[in-house]
Amino acid sequence: MLHTVNKSPYSSDSLKLCMAYMQSGDVVLLIEDGVYAAMKGGASEALVSGSSAKVYALGPDLKARGITSDKLIDGIEVVGFDGFVNLAAENDKVQNWL
Amino acid sequence: MSETKKMLYINRNAPYGTVYALEGLEVVLIGAAFEQDVSMAFIGDGVYQILKGQDTSESDMKNFSPTYNALGDYEVTKLYVEQESLDERGLTLDDLMPLVYEDEDDDWAEKPSIVVLSRTELAGVMAEQDVLFNF
Repeated sequence: MLHTVNKSPYSSDSLKLCMAYMQSGDVVLLIEDGVYAAMKGGASEALVSGSSAKVYALGPDLKARGITSDKLIDGIEVVGFDGFVNLAAENDKVQNWL
Repeated sequence: MSETKKMLYINRNAPYGTVYALEGLEVVLIGAAFEQDVSMAFIGDGVYQILKGQDTSESDMKNFSPTYNALGDYEVTKLYVEQESLDERGLTLDDLMPLVYEDEDDDWAEKPSIVVLSRTELAGVMAEQDVLFNF
């Protein structure tokens, strides 16, 4: 399953709950304000770095918010809109954590 | 306008995800045009509004971050940023846009607008205000 999260981890519990529901083989894509969870050094970092799930972040949303690649938590893969479409197609289901 | 009021605009939301940041900024600029004593505070996700390097060229949104540079020209020269909010997000002053104003009382010397305050200090600033607005 592909999980998308579009809220900042500091203003919503979306990411925390999403990560708590993660099953083997599931992947996460951070979009919109969800991409703030991709930044290293913050209090929410362990939610991402402590998970065995593969975590992606949407490049255009990172760029809009001034989050450069040197600020990303290790292991996060940046994808474009085409990558978003591929993830949605590759996974049997999509759950949007709004 | 008969009386100048001290107004603090408190920004608590990240840019782009919602319209709060952009709308708040427009209200600040309008308020400043009426010669009120306007200052801004950035707390919580609001600190993300002034993160440097924002570039919306790939996402079909308006990059309004350059507008924060105009605040000094509208005599909005006090931008308070909460230290605890920076710390929680792993940010430092270096991650923020270097916003400045020209001090007319000091031969137009360029000075930083951003002042990092603790939550306790910022609470003191809030207590001094006549009007507070949250965006």
